[in-house]
Amino acid sequence: MSPILADVSVLVAQNIAFGILAVGMIIAALKVVTTKNVVHAALYLVLVLAGVAAQYILLASEFVAVTQVLVYIGAIVVLFLFGIMLTEARLGESDNLDNKPMRPYAAAIGVLMLALLTFVLYDEWGSDELLVAGATTAELGQTTEQVSDAIFSAYLVPFEVISVLLLAALIGAIVLARRD
Amino acid sequence: MLLNQFLFLAAALFCIGVYGVMARRNAVMVLMSIELILNAVNINLVAFSTFLRDPSGSVFALFVIAVAAAEVGVGLALVLMLFRNKKSIDIDDVDLLKG
Repeated sequence: MSPILADVSVLVAQNIAFGILAVGMIIAALKVVTTKNVVHAALYLVLVLAGVAAQYILLASEFVAVTQVLVYIGAIVVLFLFGIMLTEARLGESDNLDNKPMRPYAAAIGVLMLALLTFVLYDEWGSDELLVAGATTAELGQTTEQVSDAIFSAYLVPFEVISVLLLAALIGAIVLARRD
Repeated sequence: MLLNQFLFLAAALFCIGVYGVMARRNAVMVLMSIELILNAVNINLVAFSTFLRDPSGSVFALFVIAVAAAEVGVGLALVLMLFRNKKSIDIDDVDLLKG
């Protein structure tokens, strides 16, 4: 092929993968907010979260992808399932998950917001290419080593604050949830 | 790949999450919709991190994931308390402050 085409970095396989994942994620996300079964919503949420992890792989951020799988799918979804189990023992479909009069307003606001965001994004980032073709992960600044260097140099104080926040949330959750 | 395709995907997920937060009554479902919103933000952070070739965005995405974990832990503990006190997790039933 001509050298010009090689420069444009058309990544066919990546684009097809992106499209399939994106369609699946949108459908699953719509199911999360519309399904009548709470457990099904949690399982559709797993699909969305796994899709997000795959998008991180497409963006060459392997460490964030692994963390997404470990923390979101491994821990947060299990927490959600525990929350469902401890509050609503009845499984199956339920008709009062939605605030029905709010539905049209919520849908209108969602669509308006999407239209506005799409317009603004198209206006600002119209044809910016994500130059991942031929670039190594290191050149993209996304290796685990580079991410950890950033955490433990420039972002050391926020990192420590996050650990204290997690401890506080842990103790808070225990204090709230224990019976006495 | 265009930067915009990731941003559009994130915008769509964000708006679906906003719809969920507004239309749902069940407190657990509202928390799930908030997770959708947080994930949309994370996609944006990582996309810009790769676009600008700077790991800072990924670091912030990791911070957001940690904060989301803390938020879900405390949020579900609150929902549990609500269920024990009211026998229901409808957020419409929590109207003690309404005169």
